[in-house]
Amino acid sequence: MDFDLTDEQRMLSESVNRLLTHAYGDFEHRKGYRAAPRGFADANWQALAEMGLLGLPFDEADGGFGGGPVETMIVMEAFGRGLVLEPFLATVVLAGGLLRRAGSEAQREAILPSVVEGSMVLAFAHQERQARHDLHDVATAARRDGADWVLDGAKGVVLAGDSADRIIVSARTSGARRDREGISLFLLDPATPGVTRRGYATQDGLRAAELVLEGARVPADALLGHEGQALPLIELVVDEANAALCAEALGAMDVLRDLTVDYLKQRQQFGQAIGNFQALQHRAADMLVATEQARSMAMYAAMMVQSGDAAARRTALSAAKALVAKLADQLGKDAIQLHGGIAMTEEYKAGHYFKRLTMIGTLFGDVDHHLRVVVAAGGLPEAV
Amino acid sequence: MDLRYTPDEIAFRDDLRTFFKTQIPAEIRRKVSEGRKLSREDIVTTQRVLHAHGMATPNWPLEWGGKDWSPVQRYIFSEEIQACAVPQPLSFNVNMVGPVIATFGSQAQKERFLPSTATLDIWWAQGFSEPGAGSDLASLKTTAKLEGDEYVVNGQKTWTTLGQYADWIFCLVRTDPAAKKQQGISFLLIDMKTPGITIRPIITIDGGHEVNEVFFDDVRVPAENLVGQVNKGWDYAKFLLSNERIGIARIGLTKERLARVKRLAQETPAGEGMVWDDPDFRRRLAWSEIELKALEITQMRVVAAQRTKASDKPDPSSSILKIKGSEIQQQATQLLVDVAGPYAMPRPDREEEGLNLPSVGPEWADAAAPLFFNYRKVSIYGGSNEIQRNIIAKAFLGL
Repeated sequence: MDFDLTDEQRMLSESVNRLLTHAYGDFEHRKGYRAAPRGFADANWQALAEMGLLGLPFDEADGGFGGGPVETMIVMEAFGRGLVLEPFLATVVLAGGLLRRAGSEAQREAILPSVVEGSMVLAFAHQERQARHDLHDVATAARRDGADWVLDGAKGVVLAGDSADRIIVSARTSGARRDREGISLFLLDPATPGVTRRGYATQDGLRAAELVLEGARVPADALLGHEGQALPLIELVVDEANAALCAEALGAMDVLRDLTVDYLKQRQQFGQAIGNFQALQHRAADMLVATEQARSMAMYAAMMVQSGDAAARRTALSAAKALVAKLADQLGKDAIQLHGGIAMTEEYKAGHYFKRLTMIGTLFGDVDHHLRVVVAAGGLPEAV
Repeated sequence: MDLRYTPDEIAFRDDLRTFFKTQIPAEIRRKVSEGRKLSREDIVTTQRVLHAHGMATPNWPLEWGGKDWSPVQRYIFSEEIQACAVPQPLSFNVNMVGPVIATFGSQAQKERFLPSTATLDIWWAQGFSEPGAGSDLASLKTTAKLEGDEYVVNGQKTWTTLGQYADWIFCLVRTDPAAKKQQGISFLLIDMKTPGITIRPIITIDGGHEVNEVFFDDVRVPAENLVGQVNKGWDYAKFLLSNERIGIARIGLTKERLARVKRLAQETPAGEGMVWDDPDFRRRLAWSEIELKALEITQMRVVAAQRTKASDKPDPSSSILKIKGSEIQQQATQLLVDVAGPYAMPRPDREEEGLNLPSVGPEWADAAAPLFFNYRKVSIYGGSNEIQRNIIAKAFLGL
């Protein structure tokens, strides 16, 4: 039992936070980044690359840093504090997580070095409109045609899908829409004929895309991993994404709580700071309780996502995501309420944190979905 | 970062588990598991078994029978004794007055009281709360006036838990009526057999006799029974309450309770299936389990931090553990009432009338509602949850 960070992890945390203070310390900067063509700052992406963060979980042989879930947690918590726009989750955690595990040597060599140096953004296109949160629900089809694969279908809310230079697409190579078997992964160049994408802003200021595949033809070597066997890997990577989102939510919750408490000390009404009122003090205290519970669950997620027992891992990650999302929702709403009118303005920071927390709550499974997973498993796994 | 126990810590836990399950009478552990009332003998028997194995007072100084355990080992002990449904050593003796005497008492007081406090040959009660001094404890009014070599004590204490069994009571008394609130208070040890002491039971909403009122009417106490310095009692009381930190959330106990709720839900018929088949019930149970897991890790973080951190800066952790721990304890008792369903209603055991009739429904169901009623106390005692929120807001958030 040990909660200490190693020296390397402490250094990682310090340097990420230093970078973000520089890039995101002035909230006005974020507005500028959003207006850029890709919806984030090229310079920030390069800075992340120079720090080695874009290869954080990759093997050293692939040019990476060899980091694990704790390193990802440290980075994502800092990103949550800064409300970072750069597509680390999509590129490194999601698509990178699939590629580094399922990719052949040739596939990894073709892509990972470009990711590490910051010249390539990746996305993972899995979500389909009818599937909602069921990862095994895949209607998009891939059929063999000579040496090629031909993809047909539609993918939705693909994070960073509009700026991605390569997209990993899940498609069914056999079986029926809701079968666990028969799902495969393909590496897709979005410039391929038959691929159309419609990029858009999301409510939290990030970017995503709808992807339509109409007879999109990819070569045989675009298949990533074993044919028809992708679901367990998709589940693992989505668990990793949820662990990362728990950490991001925690960082955002910490900032939002501090912002609220500071405001309670400054705002004068009835001739005194509103923080003198007990009704507000107790809600602020509950915000602290919520962040500490969320911090514990983010750590639990980082721990359990490494578990070799896939069923225990899935249940634990659902438990973590359900509670963090519930606490984030409660804290976000309280932050707006305790601020009052000022937090309703677009200009003020609090609303942006609230919006990101709200979207984290729905990404990769909402509270109800994850609670259902825990219920179906009969409760939490025994071991820590 | 690694939330798992090391192999040494696992071995330590497994040894404790074997010890608890083989050395503590099964009937006593069953009562704890079912949330039934323990007799005086149950508590004494258990503490003497623990003491015989050097485990009644692990947190005391080594020379008075403590263990040089690490914070993690202390935590494992606290969790495992709860998870094995073993009655914990009497808190008034072991966590409260024992450490105060060992730290602030005279050599004579240590020699006189500590050995029999450890073995429960002296049963201590806590005399802090008064009718007018609950959350605002420092407003207490019981006075102790020095006359020669005796203090004359007058006043009333209340909520005296298990005072009906007590041989001695440690009291906060006002020794300087002119001093401001906290400053005029002393820590006094009083023999319950002293003339002028009257004890009256308070029957609580669960029908049980757990707490009492204690009246002091010109009670003469030897001055040598004052612990430490006169008018410094408030400091000793704060020290005493800070010892409560580990285990205040009673996570091990709640874990055991939730496991039992699960087991009973799987065995209790409900229409075409069992209570367990009701998704709404299962969702509520899942929330309790999830919140408990988060709290368990919060507690582990507190334990781990004790190794490194100096503890003089404001720390909200004990308030967080108290608030969430009490809420989840209460949820667990409520779930048990829900499993019992209509058979939460019969009340064959009417202690105040001396009745103990056979169970109407399943035997375990008799104890469900009383436990739920009784557990409303946990968000009130030890600094109510509202007081804990005040502490967080003022001491930590600076509001």
